[in-house]
Amino acid sequence: MTKERKLTCIVCPVGCGIKLTYDADRREILSVTGNQCKRGAAYAADEVFAPKRVLTTTVRVEDGFLPVVPVRTAQPIPKEKIWDALKELAALQIKAPVAYHQVICPDVAGTGVAVIAERPLPAETEEKAG
Amino acid sequence: MRKIQCDVAVVGAGPAGLAAAGRAKAAGAGRVLLIDRDRELGGILQQCIHNGFGLHLFGEELTGPEYAHKFIAENQEAGVEVLLNTMVLQVRPDRHLYAMNRREGMLDIAAGAVVLAMGCRERNRGAVTIPGTRPAGVITAGTAQRFVNMEGFMPGRHIVILGSGDIGLIMARRFTWEGAKVEGVFEIMPYTNGLTRNVVQCLHDYDIPLHLNHTVVEIHGRERVEAVTVAKVDEKLQPIPGTERRIPCDTLLLSVGLIPENELSRDARIELDPVTGGPVVSDEMETSLPGIFACGNVVHVHDLVDNVTRESRLAGEGAARLVQGRQPGGPVLATRAGEGVRYVVPHRLHLANLAERETTLYMRVREPAEHVRIEASVGGERVLSVRERVVRPAEMVSVKLPPGSLPADCTGTELTLSVVKEGERA
Ligand SMILES: Cc1cc2nc3c(=O)[nH]c(=O)nc-3n(C[C@H](O)[C@H](O)[C@H](O)COP(=O)(O)OP(=O)(O)OC[C@H]3O[C@@H](n4cnc5c(N)ncnc54)[C@H](O)[C@@H]3O)c2cc1C
Ligand code: SF4
Repeated sequence: MTKERKLTCIVCPVGCGIKLTYDADRREILSVTGNQCKRGAAYAADEVFAPKRVLTTTVRVEDGFLPVVPVRTAQPIPKEKIWDALKELAALQIKAPVAYHQVICPDVAGTGVAVIAERPLPAETEEKAG
Repeated sequence: MRKIQCDVAVVGAGPAGLAAAGRAKAAGAGRVLLIDRDRELGGILQQCIHNGFGLHLFGEELTGPEYAHKFIAENQEAGVEVLLNTMVLQVRPDRHLYAMNRREGMLDIAAGAVVLAMGCRERNRGAVTIPGTRPAGVITAGTAQRFVNMEGFMPGRHIVILGSGDIGLIMARRFTWEGAKVEGVFEIMPYTNGLTRNVVQCLHDYDIPLHLNHTVVEIHGRERVEAVTVAKVDEKLQPIPGTERRIPCDTLLLSVGLIPENELSRDARIELDPVTGGPVVSDEMETSLPGIFACGNVVHVHDLVDNVTRESRLAGEGAARLVQGRQPGGPVLATRAGEGVRYVVPHRLHLANLAERETTLYMRVREPAEHVRIEASVGGERVLSVRERVVRPAEMVSVKLPPGSLPADCTGTELTLSVVKEGERA
């Protein structure tokens, strides 16, 4: 059956309004309009059949310049796995220093996707006093 | 007092300052000094741990810290000098800066050119005008963001958000992820103040209600917030009697807008635009004081960091040109906000630059509208018309003037930007 759906693309802050038609039985996209770039079309297809999100959160750090380090999933993960991933990451504690894009967790919530550090985080002692 | 001489001094090391410093250095300025009061580089980006930065500039979706990291590395390689934990106290029209830090006390910095990149501050006036008690638990969304994402603690568990700015929307999701309950977002205007994508992925995804035409009319609680009363407002934004509703909560988050941080500019008597709250600037991002440039949120509040970077590179380039004596001279053209437009930046365009390079004009519309054209006209003559499917006050619109697109003789006239309904003429 052909279905229609309106979405707001969330891939980038432009936020294009996308209209698409798809065949629900054959799981096939028939048409996509309103997107300003290719990423929008890919997002719309995913959103209809298997919505995904990048998860960004923090993980506790021992002896760090800051008590937490921001982390993100290296790729978007299925939307329904977000809560499991959050629970798993909340239980972690890593040691400073942390390198840029250091792998914090190789496979979060069984998604096969790694979680990486968004920034380098020096140990507390490495902090240069102003 | 330690004296420092440099070619370009940049005040503030957020994305604006980083891009300006890096570009000034790349464009050949000798000694470039980047100064920030914070303990590390990156400005507000370090607390914006969500993704959505840089897609337009880098073709990939970065988080705030990742975006900052790229520029920090670039500046380091280029040889930009950095002074952290250092507060700039005064900017003098003769390009002397007075700054202070704990290690060295007062510093006297003499610069060939100065770039102001102090960013903006969150408005908290909303709280002051809300009647009721003054308990703990009323905080701005950006402060909450810093607490949760950098300091690692939760300022509350049961939250009401006033205002639908991006920081509030992002924090609604962040708090939900951290196990707090977000009762709803209350926005006094009939439209949201944040990007649509944030309404979708932060509120809709988690069934957090957005109440337009609503405001908080009272805060309850003695030591700590215990509840707030919300009400619907009429077209004049006045609360409608009988629509009040009491919502128990322990925290009220304010996300009611940002104001450019211009104490230093005001002190130096730099001309400010009453609409943006930031300095009046040329297409080189030079303020009304020669040799003093400004870029980023200190000029006007940006929703996209990519635009901050583009604009700030112009400022860095302009500063380098000035110290090298390569500044464009000649006549300038003023820009003006026409029908449906709240403001236009930059305010002055050098004809010499217009002839040579593409010029980007940034503007905000007054009201949301669909199927419009943005028209630029000079002396009554239309020089550019671009179609926009949707325009919203929350989303900055940019218009590109190709090189040489203006009539040869337009000195003494103005360039006006207006919003025109499809099918009508300006
Ligand atoms: C919560 C939030 C979410 C956002 N989300 C996105 C997004 O998803 N995508 C996107 O593209 N954009 C986003 N933006 C917009 C973008 O990040 C900002 O517009 C941009 O960071 C502004 O950069 P700036 O350098 O002008 O200011 P800032 O980053 O605020 O930097 C100003 C710097 O100046 C320093 N300073 C100020 N005064 C002095 C002084 N007197 N002496 C010394 N130092 C001083 C401050 O310490 C600070 O480091 C977001 C913004 C916010 C606030
Ligand atoms: S379609 Fe492309 S330009 Fe439009 S919001 Fe999506 S990613 Fe951004």
